[in-house]
Amino acid sequence: MIPAAFDYVRVDSADAAVAQLVTHGEDAKLLAGGHSLLPLLKLRLASPSVLVDIGRVKDLSYIRDAGDHIAIGALTRHRDVEISEMLKQHVSLLALAAGEVGDNQVRHRGTIGGSIAHGDPASDLPATVLALGGSFVVKGPKGERTIAASDFFQGFLTTALAADELLTEIRVPKITGAKVSFQKFNRRAQDWAIVGVAAWKLGAKSGVGLVNMGSTPIRASTVESAVASGASAADAAAHAADGCEPPADLNASVEYRQHLARVLVRRALEECA
Amino acid sequence: MTINGQTHSHDVEPRTLLVHFIRENCGLTGTNVGCDTSSCGACTIHMNGESVKSCTVLAVQADGQALTTIEGLAKDGVLHPMQEAFRQNHALQCGYCTPGMVMAAIGLLDENPHPTEREVRLGLEGNLCRCTGYHNIVKAVLAAASN
Repeated sequence: MIPAAFDYVRVDSADAAVAQLVTHGEDAKLLAGGHSLLPLLKLRLASPSVLVDIGRVKDLSYIRDAGDHIAIGALTRHRDVEISEMLKQHVSLLALAAGEVGDNQVRHRGTIGGSIAHGDPASDLPATVLALGGSFVVKGPKGERTIAASDFFQGFLTTALAADELLTEIRVPKITGAKVSFQKFNRRAQDWAIVGVAAWKLGAKSGVGLVNMGSTPIRASTVESAVASGASAADAAAHAADGCEPPADLNASVEYRQHLARVLVRRALEECA
Repeated sequence: MTINGQTHSHDVEPRTLLVHFIRENCGLTGTNVGCDTSSCGACTIHMNGESVKSCTVLAVQADGQALTTIEGLAKDGVLHPMQEAFRQNHALQCGYCTPGMVMAAIGLLDENPHPTEREVRLGLEGNLCRCTGYHNIVKAVLAAASN
């Protein structure tokens, strides 16, 4: 499988990337690690006329302590998130989830920013950052803005990013000392989750994100409220599929996904107890 | 870019995949195309010392980088310890997945020199053997790790 022809531009700064996006508009796509985009191009599900390669922009790969949160450059690779001692200490859920993405080879190339910007409800990281109450810094021709994860994922593979904006940073609040769990249910190694759950609990506070339970990653706020009011893991998990309209496909029916969500959320909450 | 220490330079279309560049432009056909969808790992090579799937990298992305393919492992006719371990443990049946398995296994031990059996199985998650010869592959990787 070979992608449709495109023009290739390599840039060395975020500003240069934005300038290219302004010039080419909807016809351009940003290329980082390429592990969401290149499979789409090869299947010809996407055929942008220009690829803007940001893979060598040096100052977008970092993991920094920013006081109450950890700031992660958009070009930070899954592998670097997975093994980060700073994340393991303060936001271990994100390191754990990054280690569940694809396989070793994929994690060596794929970036957190690419995964977030792709906005796939079946991906592990969007639901995880949502559960953490994270936010995203994006850069456009008019400057920077910050978008809460809860406002970012708008529809299937659709995010709040405008065509001329570049995601530059992912911010996740510290939850130092929290118990965390990532439940991924699939039938084959390295596969996407049929349903996945990212959960953390710190005292009465908790966060629960659902993978592949709708057209966007979903925050199970009813479950979180139940946990806050002291419900048992089983009772809180009974609400896991409330309001969810998961897809039906070869792997699972709607009802089976709803069942999986309740089972996996219960397991996750039990692990976080 | 350099492949196995040798410089390779060719004009290619931007859409050229790295695996095709390696096989067709450079004539190094040890790296196989299996599934072509980032799943099977037959095309695994090392880029700057890390295992990557060369069917999911554009050749232009590898511009200026240091690559190693299966052809670059044996030195002066002596097999790389991982190749030797595969040989000793009969860790191949049809052999199609083998170059990718060997490259992924070397990458795995670089990051985790003394893995448990479970860690080997998880670490080779990105490589499929359709003969299902996993048992001896895992044995070979553990043998290479203990040498």
